[in-house]
Amino acid sequence: MTTAKVSPSKQRRARKAFRANGAYHAAGIAICLFFLAPFVITFLASFRHGTEARLPPLPPWPTNGLSIDSYLSLDTFGAGIWQHTINSLLVSLATVVLTVAVSLLAGYGFSRYRFPLKNVLFVLIIATLMIPFQSILTPLFIILAKLGLNNSLLGLTLVYVTLQLPFSVFMMRNAFDAVPKEIEEAARIDGARDLRLLVRVLLPLVLPGIATVAIFAFLNAWNEFLAALILLSSNEKYTLPVLMMAVRAGRLGAVNWGAVQAGVAVMTVPCLIVFLLLQRYYMRGLMAGAVK
Amino acid sequence: MTGSGSKTLSPQRKRRRRSGWRGLVYIAPAMALVILFFVMPVIFTGWMSLHNWPLMGGTRWIGLKNYVRMLHDARFLSALQFTAYYTIVVTIAIFAVAFPLAIFVEKQRRFVSAYRTIIFLPVVVGLATASLLWVWLANVDSGFVGPALKALGLVDKSPNLLATFDSAFLTIIIMVVWKIAGFTMIILLTGLQAIPADLTEAARIDGAGRWQRFRYLTLPLMRKTIALALIISVTGSILAFDQFYIMTSGGPQNRMISVVYYIFNQSFVSFNLGYGAALSIALLAILVVLSIVQLWLLRVGEERP
Repeated sequence: MTTAKVSPSKQRRARKAFRANGAYHAAGIAICLFFLAPFVITFLASFRHGTEARLPPLPPWPTNGLSIDSYLSLDTFGAGIWQHTINSLLVSLATVVLTVAVSLLAGYGFSRYRFPLKNVLFVLIIATLMIPFQSILTPLFIILAKLGLNNSLLGLTLVYVTLQLPFSVFMMRNAFDAVPKEIEEAARIDGARDLRLLVRVLLPLVLPGIATVAIFAFLNAWNEFLAALILLSSNEKYTLPVLMMAVRAGRLGAVNWGAVQAGVAVMTVPCLIVFLLLQRYYMRGLMAGAVK
Repeated sequence: MTGSGSKTLSPQRKRRRRSGWRGLVYIAPAMALVILFFVMPVIFTGWMSLHNWPLMGGTRWIGLKNYVRMLHDARFLSALQFTAYYTIVVTIAIFAVAFPLAIFVEKQRRFVSAYRTIIFLPVVVGLATASLLWVWLANVDSGFVGPALKALGLVDKSPNLLATFDSAFLTIIIMVVWKIAGFTMIILLTGLQAIPADLTEAARIDGAGRWQRFRYLTLPLMRKTIALALIISVTGSILAFDQFYIMTSGGPQNRMISVVYYIFNQSFVSFNLGYGAALSIALLAILVVLSIVQLWLLRVGEERP
């Protein structure tokens, strides 16, 4: 009814806009397919029957009913999938807790106090970003051995925490810089001092910064491969990425692709969940890094 | 209000000066970790590089011999060459995909934030995980790519993508672009969005075409962002290891050994720890030089915005 009143030229323009819009979203969907497909294919394929695991995923979804055969076969590698998932979780969560604690203190110190060599020390922490950790793995191995921390998840965690520090200290210092001094002064007058002031009054105010630091610490520790490969030497200590090398190598020349799919799913899902839930804080960290 | 604020400033300053060492207590844990697990290892690497340092047995001072050996090590030179080749190709590929994507998702319209999120998803999974995923996808018998091409009738026989250098290299490039493009896209997007809209509007009114606006307005204004994305991509690619180790184990005829892979082989497979340390120092020097170039590039961008 209303379209009849609209002039033909306007109608043509509207149709053109509609078609352009359609083309835009068609392209958008095609792009998303490319970026999503590898995940979707792997997840679906990992629930196929054990007998199908060797076959190409055409179609990727299970045709003989759902099955967790792939996950069961993954469990036969190393010390069992639970053990390695727990190893990975322990390392990642400990990295998160320690990184947050250490960078919270350091960020507070750098933001609120004056002390000798302050700028030199800050630059020293940030400058470690320039040096690739890949080039210091041998000495790390030797130092950890001297400390009795070779082949230990704690040793690996401490290395991960150190690698997170430049970014995290920078983030936390900025977070504290953004807190108005007046709040701190009011709390001081009320008698809060030092650690109590930091934990009770300031901690809630820098929570977004902590969230950002925590996400990056978790993802980087969960995903890291090379340092774990070198610093962990016994089977039962392996984190998931190192375990997967045994799966990838296969047995008697045959790779169990079902176990590979299941392993990829186990390693991917926590990252995607953490990211999707806390996307806002992740992007904040990325922007902070980008404009730095 | 302001008066009382400035009044409280001076006693506060006095207190700060008195507690000058308290700040050090707060940063002590961070400093301890950085010194123990970063500064000392770097110095130690330098020290080791001047020794013949086998895994077992005594170490022996050999001065700069490791560095001399490095210059004549054909395998190291070919690792350097391969890494440079990989870095250039992958950086171009990432930009060729990420720049159009950034422009594609720049404007706020319906579903755009969903597109951004989906394109970004591969960034948050590990490179090792992504390599493992794609080594399966690229597998000749049990994978997806080859059998799918065959099912579509495009090839007679499912190709073994990881068997020849060129196809394996292409597979790795596609994997890395899939994994990294979202990251570069977001970095470039921040630069695109920082361009004032009225500037592009003015250029359009002045009759500048789409390409002209991009070439003479967008690109120069984004110089700093592009430099940043470029440096992140280059440094990341120079340090590539996971994809070659996991996907091709060094590749057909050992032609895919990157610098980090070669250091790994020397240090932890052949246990030439001293020589590995010298190689590490070379890598470190390359990266530090790149960082200095980065700082310089970003500063130049600042001076002429």
